[in-house]
This record gives sequence, C-alpha cells and structure tokens, in this order.
Amino acid sequence: MEDYNIFASRVVTKNEPLAPGHRACIGCGEVLAMRLAAKAFNKNTIVVNATGCMEIIASQVPYNSWRLPWIHTLFENAAAVASGIESAIKVLSRKNRIPEEEIHVVALGGDGATVDIGIQALSGAFERGHNITYICFDNEAYMNTGIQRSSATPFGASTTTSPAGKKSIGQSTWKKDTPSIMVAHNIPYVATACPSYPFDLMEKIEKALSTNGPSYIHIFSVCPTGWRTKSDLAIRLGRLAVETGVFPLYEVENGVYKMNKIETELKPLSLYTKPQGRFKHLNDDQLSAIEARIHSEYEALKEKCELTQVREDM
Amino acid sequence: MSKRIGIETSLAIAETVKLVNVDVVAAYPITPQTHIVEHIADLCANGELDAEYIPVESEHSAMSACLGSSAGGARTFTATASQGLELMHEVLYVASGMRLPIVMAVANRAVSAPLSIWGDHSDVMSCRDTGWIQVFVENGQEAVDMTICSFIIAEDPSVLLPFMINLDGFHLSHVIEPIILPDQDEVKAFVPDFNYKYRLDPHNPVAMGDFATPAIFTEAKWANEVALTNSRAVINDVWDRFYKTFGRKYQAVETYKTEDAETLLMTMGSFSETAMTAIDAMREQGRKVGLVRIRLWRPFPFDDIYEAVKECKNLIILDRALSAGGPAGPVASEVKAALYNKSVKPAIVSIVGGLGGRDIHVSDFINMVDIGEKAIKNNDIKPFEIYGVRG
Repeated sequence: MEDYNIFASRVVTKNEPLAPGHRACIGCGEVLAMRLAAKAFNKNTIVVNATGCMEIIASQVPYNSWRLPWIHTLFENAAAVASGIESAIKVLSRKNRIPEEEIHVVALGGDGATVDIGIQALSGAFERGHNITYICFDNEAYMNTGIQRSSATPFGASTTTSPAGKKSIGQSTWKKDTPSIMVAHNIPYVATACPSYPFDLMEKIEKALSTNGPSYIHIFSVCPTGWRTKSDLAIRLGRLAVETGVFPLYEVENGVYKMNKIETELKPLSLYTKPQGRFKHLNDDQLSAIEARIHSEYEALKEKCELTQVREDM
Repeated sequence: MSKRIGIETSLAIAETVKLVNVDVVAAYPITPQTHIVEHIADLCANGELDAEYIPVESEHSAMSACLGSSAGGARTFTATASQGLELMHEVLYVASGMRLPIVMAVANRAVSAPLSIWGDHSDVMSCRDTGWIQVFVENGQEAVDMTICSFIIAEDPSVLLPFMINLDGFHLSHVIEPIILPDQDEVKAFVPDFNYKYRLDPHNPVAMGDFATPAIFTEAKWANEVALTNSRAVINDVWDRFYKTFGRKYQAVETYKTEDAETLLMTMGSFSETAMTAIDAMREQGRKVGLVRIRLWRPFPFDDIYEAVKECKNLIILDRALSAGGPAGPVASEVKAALYNKSVKPAIVSIVGGLGGRDIHVSDFINMVDIGEKAIKNNDIKPFEIYGVRG
C-alpha cells in the first residue's frame, strides 16, 4: 500500500479497529468488507459477533484481532445479545453508573447467522426498536462449515449440500430477499453494500451508526474458497455483481428506496458467473433464464425507488 | 421496616427483584412463570423499578439478551419454565462459561410431550451440567430470601457465575403465603452494587467469547469447575450473613427429625413441607423416620448429604423427574453415586412420583416409606419405583 498516502490519507482513516493479524483465507472479500466497515466505526463502538468465519478468523484464546470491545456468544443470537448490551448502556447511563455518552452497538453475522438461524432474533430486536446496527456479511453459503447452502445461496449455485448433478441444477431456490424483510420491519435505515465500492460502504456504515433506531446493512462478500474462484478476483467479482444486476447497491431511509448506482445497461451475467466454479455446470439456457429474472427484479427495484420517492416528496 | 404480608410467591419474587434494584430484565411468557415477569413489567411501568424490560420474542433471545446486558455491566434477571428453559438450553452453558452472573427463577414444570403446564422437575434436570449455581426453594419466604442472596453470590468477584432459583410451578409459584418482604433500605445495605470489572466498555476494550483450541479448552472448563466448587464458601458466607441480618437461617441440606431415625425420606422443593407432616404422623405412631431436604443442588453438597444420611439404615429418595432409560431418578442417581465409595451408607430406594403436577399427599409419603422399607427388608430393590402409576 505504498501509494496510500497519495490517494487515501485524507479520505480514509488510517485507524484499523480490525488489526491485520487474523486468519482469513487468501483473497477473502468478507474480511475486507469487515475491515472497511470497522474503519467507519466510531471508537465508542461495541462489536457483537455471531459464530462464523469472521468470528473464528478474528478470535482464538488468548488472541483477538479487534481493538474495540468485542463479544461472541452463539450462532443465532447476535441481535439479541446486542439488544441486551444496548439496554444495559441505556439503564446504566440513566442511573449515572457509566458516563453519559453515545455508544454504538454493532452486531455482525454471516448469511447463515442472519437470514437462516438468526432471523428470529434479528426480527425481534428490530421490532423492539433497539438502537443497534446489524451488518450481514453475505458470502452466500455456510462457508465456515464447508460451503453448505443457505437461503442466501443464489439459484443454480453448486454447494456441498446443493450439489449440481444429473438430477440437480445445484441450489434449486431463489435467494431470499433479506433487505426487503428488514424494510418490512419499518426500521429507519436499510442498505446494501459491497467492498468493491469502499467509500459507498463506509458512508453507509456511518449513516447506519448515526441512525437513531435499528439499522441494517447487507454486504455482498465474495468468497474465493466457497465460490471456487481465483483468489485475486474478490474486487472484480463484487463490481460485476453490481454491474450485472445480481447485487444492486441501494438504501432505504424511512421506507424510501434509493439506488446508489444505476446501471443504464446491465452487463451480461456470464461475465460474473464464468470465473466461478460454483456456476460452471450451468448451460446457456439456464443462464438466460436466471438473467431474465435478475433483470426483472432490477426493474422492480427501480420502480420501488420511483414509487417510494413520492413518500419523501410528501 | 420489613413487613409480613399475604402475597403470591411469584409476585413476592418480582417485588424482591425491585428491592435489589435489578437493571435489566429480559423475559418471554411461559406458564407458570408469567406472574413473576408480569409483575416486574408492572413495577417498571409504574416507575417503581428503574430497569430496562426487554420483551423478547423467545426464551433463546431472553437468555441471549441477558448475556449482553450482564456483559454490559447491568444487574440482570429473567424467569422461565419448562419448554422455555429447554429453548434457552444452549445459552445456559454460555452464561456460565463466560462467567456472567445472571439470576433466573425457574417455576419448574413438566416437559412435552404430552403437553403439560403442571409442575415437576423434568425441565431443570436437563440443566444439571450447565455450570449454574442451583437451589430448590421450599416456600415463598425462601424464594424471596434466596433471590436476595443469589445476586450477592453470583456477582461476587470470586464467583461470577449464573444462579438458578428453582420453585415448584403452581404448587409454589401461584400460592399466596404470608411472606416477610424486607425493607428497601435493609436490602440496599445488604446487597452491594454490581460493579462488573470486565464489562464491555469502549474506554477499556475487552474481548469476550473467543474460541478455544484443544490446547486450552480443558483448562477453561476446569477453571469454571473450580469457580463453581469454590462458590460454596461464598454461598455459606452469604447465607450466614443473611441469618445475622434478617434472622432466617439457610444451609445446603436441611434435616427434620433425623436424629435416631432408621429411615429417611429425601426430597427437593415445596413438597418437603407435606413430607414433614408425614414424618410427624409416622413419628406419632412410633416409627423412627426423618426427612432430608436438599436446598443446594449445584455445587453438589457431598459432605452435607453424607453427614445427613450416614447414620440411617434406609434412604428413600423422591424424584419429581424421570430419567428415561436411566438407572434411577436423577436425585437418587446422584446421591447413590456420591455415597458409593463410603464404607458406611444406607440402602437406597429411588421413587419417581409427582410428575406433571400430580399431587403427593401426606398418605402418599407414608406409602413411599412403606414401599421403601419393604423393598429393603425383602432385598428386592428395583432401579426405581414409579409411584402411583395406573395400568
């Protein structure tokens, strides 16, 4: 990073709340996303980590990569633990037992921890309106346990529990639209982000932390190990996911949708799928069918932006 | 001044939660525990208790939120029962493993299937190895007194372990009893403030809950075990101080008319009061019988139990839980194991009864003593007897 001082010293903090000493795979897009997110955290932040890749790569008694207070308990309960911490801060501050200051509580989880096993705890914490930020690092399968499918795995992807075969296309269901589920909780801030767009990502984290009430950020996290890609492709694949419409960047503030990067013409899906081993079994017809649905969802998202804009104008 | 009032045990526990000035309560409704948390919610709503009440969406999240609030340095309480306790099961181990001094009341109830809302000890018997300090209370007064003591014990810097107060669902939780509620100032003077040294604090960052490799896991578990075993000294000390301050004496194992007794009944929980009446009735008939009641279940009071039973010939142990396919009722199994290497020990008969809320009357306890003495006399001791079963 010899050019760091030339290009980024004035725009990005040199602070690294997540220290470089960790055990993530070479080329991991998820730990990059977590590092960028951490750079956008205020120093008055408490981190709650669900079990998963990001938990095990950052922790091992007696080491820990976090320079912030950090707690891990279980797989499915990060949002509930965060709600307990937030409540403790609230009451102790009210009772003058700790200094009165703003302390952010941020929960981190992978897609399995968030959209599958932990969705109940997350839904409960958001419904109750706790002032917490929840960040989902979505690498589209249970990578920590060995690439098993989750409800965030995209249609057609081959995983160890949705393997492609003579009678199987791989994952047979469409990726769960988790940001929409979070929007349905009527929370003030929901956003998607990708570490290939670092400034957008960090701005969204800052916005989420400064939101009064629950906020949710869903971060697309390329996993070279699980996606069967070369280890130098995380940034490029992240960009292609956005440019092909696979993972649009948008935010929803108080119910109003806004796309942060609108593609006038979406790039061909094959540019994104071809470098990935998990999609290599798909034929052209299958890819076209997937592409058609991606395009229709992209249009639907643009429509949502227009429709909800009315609410903002009111 | 403390006052003696007629109050339901559940409400008295809630009032005690107020007296010790709990900071955070996270709870989910489940019968027969609901009256406790409903009353706490009332106290918060009326401004009588300044606490955060988190109405979580499940017991799993209840205990998880408790982990968070306790790690955040707040005095934390919850209550549950039965399926709720089972749903939070995996979180219980985390609370003890991470040394978080959460206090929980469990209104003991049967576990499905078949669905039963009524009381027995099946729920908590699956939690024996979770690393929590556990007591079984006999009456409403004891529930109040144990609640006061539990926070001091759990939060003691040398202990820092979660504390479970078991009270029989309905038979105790829903009973209105004359209870002395101590005065707020008395409790404030007796219960020190909770100052958790390792709380999550941005000014002094700590990492909690790192994973452990095989190189350190055993040491971590052993440290927990040593802390749990050593908590006994603090438990004794707090109960002694409680006696000096409030005049009510508590010890790990209680005995009733055990001197010169040839046959002893052993019980846990509220049915012990009925058993005492049965002992009185049998004593009137000239039978040499007595009662041993276990109050402290974890850490297991080996020496106290041995002291209490070593002189008797026959020991009849009532379990209100069935250890499916196991060697005896859970309490009987543990007491047998604890006495196995002693050269002098009584013959032991395990009786399982009172499941799913079925009453055990004075006459039933007399029957149990008859069954037990007969089995021992005829040298016909089964792994366990199930009491009063039809068909």
